[in-house]
Amino acid sequence: MVRINLTVDGAKVADDVEPRMLLVHYLREKLGKTGTVVGCDTSNCGACTVHLDGTSVKSCNVLAVQADGGEVTTIEGLAKDGQLHPVQEAFRECHGLQCGYCTPGMIMQSVDLLKENPHPSEDEIRLGLEGNLCRCTGYHNIVKAVQHAAGQGEAVQA
Amino acid sequence: MTATEARPESEAPEREIGKDRRRKEDQRLITGRTRWTDNIQLPGMLHLAMVRSPFAHARITAIDTSEAKQSPNVVDVVTGQDLAETQGVLINAWPITPDQKTPTHLPVAIDRVAFAGEVVAVVVARSAAEARDAAELVDVDYEELPAALDLKDAAADTVLAHPDLGSNKSAYWVFDSAEAGTGSNVEDAITQARDGGIVLEREYRQQRLIPAFMEPRSTVVDPTGEQLTVWSATQIPHILRFALAATTGIPESKLRVIAPDVGGGFGGKLQTTPEEWITVALARRTGKPVKYTETRSESLMAAHHGRDQWQKLTLSADREGNVTGLKVELLADLGAYVSLVGGGVPVLGAFMFNAIYKFPAYHFAVQTVLTNKTWTDAYRGAGRPEATFAIERIMDELAAEVGVDPLEIREHNWIKHEEFPFTTVAGLEYDSGNYEAATARAKELFGYDELRAEQRRRRESGDPVQLGLGVSTFTEMCGLAPSRVLGQLDYGAGGWEHASVRMLATGKVEVVTGVSAHGQGHETAFSQIVADRLGVPFEDVEVLHGDTQVSAKGLDTYGSRSLVVGGEALVKATDKVVEKAKAVAAHLLEASADDLDFSGGRFSVRGTDQGLAIQEIAGAVFAAHNLPDGMEPSLDSDATYDPVNFNYPHGTHLCAMEVDTETGELTMRKYVCVDDIGNVINPLIVSGQVHGGLVQGIAQALWEEAVYDDSGTLVSGSFVDYLLPTAADTISFEVDHTTTPSLTNTLGTKGVGEAGTIASTPAVVNAVVDAVRHLGITDIRMPCTPERVWRAIQDAGSGQEPTTGAAAPHFDASTGMEGTVDRTAGDAQ
Repeated sequence: MVRINLTVDGAKVADDVEPRMLLVHYLREKLGKTGTVVGCDTSNCGACTVHLDGTSVKSCNVLAVQADGGEVTTIEGLAKDGQLHPVQEAFRECHGLQCGYCTPGMIMQSVDLLKENPHPSEDEIRLGLEGNLCRCTGYHNIVKAVQHAAGQGEAVQA
Repeated sequence: MTATEARPESEAPEREIGKDRRRKEDQRLITGRTRWTDNIQLPGMLHLAMVRSPFAHARITAIDTSEAKQSPNVVDVVTGQDLAETQGVLINAWPITPDQKTPTHLPVAIDRVAFAGEVVAVVVARSAAEARDAAELVDVDYEELPAALDLKDAAADTVLAHPDLGSNKSAYWVFDSAEAGTGSNVEDAITQARDGGIVLEREYRQQRLIPAFMEPRSTVVDPTGEQLTVWSATQIPHILRFALAATTGIPESKLRVIAPDVGGGFGGKLQTTPEEWITVALARRTGKPVKYTETRSESLMAAHHGRDQWQKLTLSADREGNVTGLKVELLADLGAYVSLVGGGVPVLGAFMFNAIYKFPAYHFAVQTVLTNKTWTDAYRGAGRPEATFAIERIMDELAAEVGVDPLEIREHNWIKHEEFPFTTVAGLEYDSGNYEAATARAKELFGYDELRAEQRRRRESGDPVQLGLGVSTFTEMCGLAPSRVLGQLDYGAGGWEHASVRMLATGKVEVVTGVSAHGQGHETAFSQIVADRLGVPFEDVEVLHGDTQVSAKGLDTYGSRSLVVGGEALVKATDKVVEKAKAVAAHLLEASADDLDFSGGRFSVRGTDQGLAIQEIAGAVFAAHNLPDGMEPSLDSDATYDPVNFNYPHGTHLCAMEVDTETGELTMRKYVCVDDIGNVINPLIVSGQVHGGLVQGIAQALWEEAVYDDSGTLVSGSFVDYLLPTAADTISFEVDHTTTPSLTNTLGTKGVGEAGTIASTPAVVNAVVDAVRHLGITDIRMPCTPERVWRAIQDAGSGQEPTTGAAAPHFDASTGMEGTVDRTAGDAQ
């Protein structure tokens, strides 16, 4: 067992974990952060995407011990003070989700994408989300949601 | 073109039906406040890991569990033998013929495995990781048996998938229009056409697909209460409850099944699974809550697959292209067992090969075949995509043979809008539709004539990148299903649906539906329907589903049935509430019920300003102080609705594909679809269903295939190898609608859940073939990978000269990454 200390969605947490424990299992099983989900076992689907120290990672591809000392934001920590993050709002507005299983990862990746590139073209959005699979939406409305969120970003800045 | 029925304006001040309401479901889903089955943690809960056969066909000669039992925190390790008396059996609900060969399907195999991935032992441990560790320690001895893998070989009984059955042929099912009295004799039509007409004989392959819902299947069983509670990631909680009761000896009344948040299904969760039966058996054995969640590789390997057919078609026509007959002979791969729907999947396609065309003669036959591969069952569209693909492909071939545009040959043969209702050669009555209108709109949006002109230019200039236009004018039967018809087809259950509407004392409304959503947005769409009919705010309607203790009756969600069958049950239950409330309103207002108008949620006495809101009546009924004599103090109402007919959405889909004739690379340039799905409750939800459906159908055309190696191992057993499209592989679509309301339900709606998938596959393949038809190519097998396209071009002998010798630019370490080496001589190391 290894002792880890980290911040998850703004709260400091400390646990003894098996060295082999994946970050996604730590979040789900130890912290009850079940908003983050597992969709595959080969790091293809991106359903488990969270932010680690401000960058999106597939939490099935990170060991919990690697997050020691780090700061993790999950889908559950994205809304602040009861206010949805603009990307969350955009996914709802544009019907960018159906079953909702890929949605946490899709939103976390989209937030990261827009941070890197606040005004992406459609192609840039599609490439930026390539690591996240969705089986329901055909991506059409997910792309629209990211475009919508990017537009909102402009409005806020203006 | 559009014929939406107008409703009187006075009925509701602001209609909910037709509004693009944002979904009620989304607030939870976008914030991670979700209840997936795998999220459930119960005190003392144990976890399962499955030991699965690596062999496609083998006898189990010994299982040694002793080492696994010693592993840390392992509670139990069981084999099929240990569970023999308690595990129950998996059912086939649709024996398509009385003499169907149906191998016994045990949850845990006892002495023989019939596909790679079948469960042979189960580990129970305190954590999922410990269970998995111990599963590695279970030592199983197998005696490998020859495996029946290839569908055609299996149909010839060269190797038996289940030796004790004596044959791989499970059932042979036939529909013949001459015998049924719905048309003439197809052999006569073909014979006649052989003399001066056109006879097209084609064979198409429906490759094996994997539904690949995003949420892996998971089951939790809690045996600690009076009822055994089963949570499962399923589309069919009610059917699951029935089947568990029927096969395990647990009384149905002692079983509660809950489908909590379910992450997609697409038919893949329309199943009763070994893993569910095993979890129930081990919860009962241990007396503790038990959870099993599959890994993605287990899901791809052992959850049911879809499609997998060979389709032989013979189409006869006269020289002008008027179709005279269609003969369809299918081989359908069941896999190792006859699943819940099983051979019913190709039978669902039997009525759809004739599609929108006026064939005078039709013959359909399917041979279902057992093999040693993963069992198959419904995948989005179930039978109808296969039928639509084959007919839409061969209609393109007919157009080429006659020498006319593919749209022209269709128009020549389709049912005209003034001919509805139309009884087809397969015996179905199409109630409404307008193929001309949908096609005209699609052509306009697509810029069909301009793209044809561009195609000609590229042909003439010998552009290495050729353009192809693909057409699919599909229809489908959906809204499963009139129980009478299901009975005639020997399906084991009915097709009705149930709904309850409860008026709460505070004026809020609870709606209980027997359908079970897993992404379709029922909570939103059903709220809109009820809000309109009761005149209550959209926000005040709560839709409950997916728990057999709440939703006691239902037949769940599949076959584009939820709105057209479940929604109609809801309409009927809601209307009963209004009728009951009317009697109370008349009593309280001291008026005759005949003098009351109901509009916008208010009963008013005609010609006066007196009235009562339905919420006020709900309060009065709750208090029950002053009700009409003899009236029960309740407005709550139920309805069980059995549909009178299927309904028949249709549409025209147009696809433009660019094909690089030098490399085989494919690029989708444009996709337009105009679907007629009757009246639309929520256009936002409908567009989402269409987009997602399109991509699943496009993925069959271009990318997806479940591939087995020669020993029966699934080699596309992870998302590394099974190619689900990503955002970067797909494009944005143009979606529009024309409307002819369905005449078979009150709301005038038609199903939409499967439409995109059914229509898009042939549109894409037709476009690919159209791009290279001038090179002498008439078919490319799905998925149309660049390699297959390139090979087709090479084989047709019209490709570029192959690149030879030193012309191939190989950067090579031996030349310091600067020079090229001629590898054709075979001496470059």
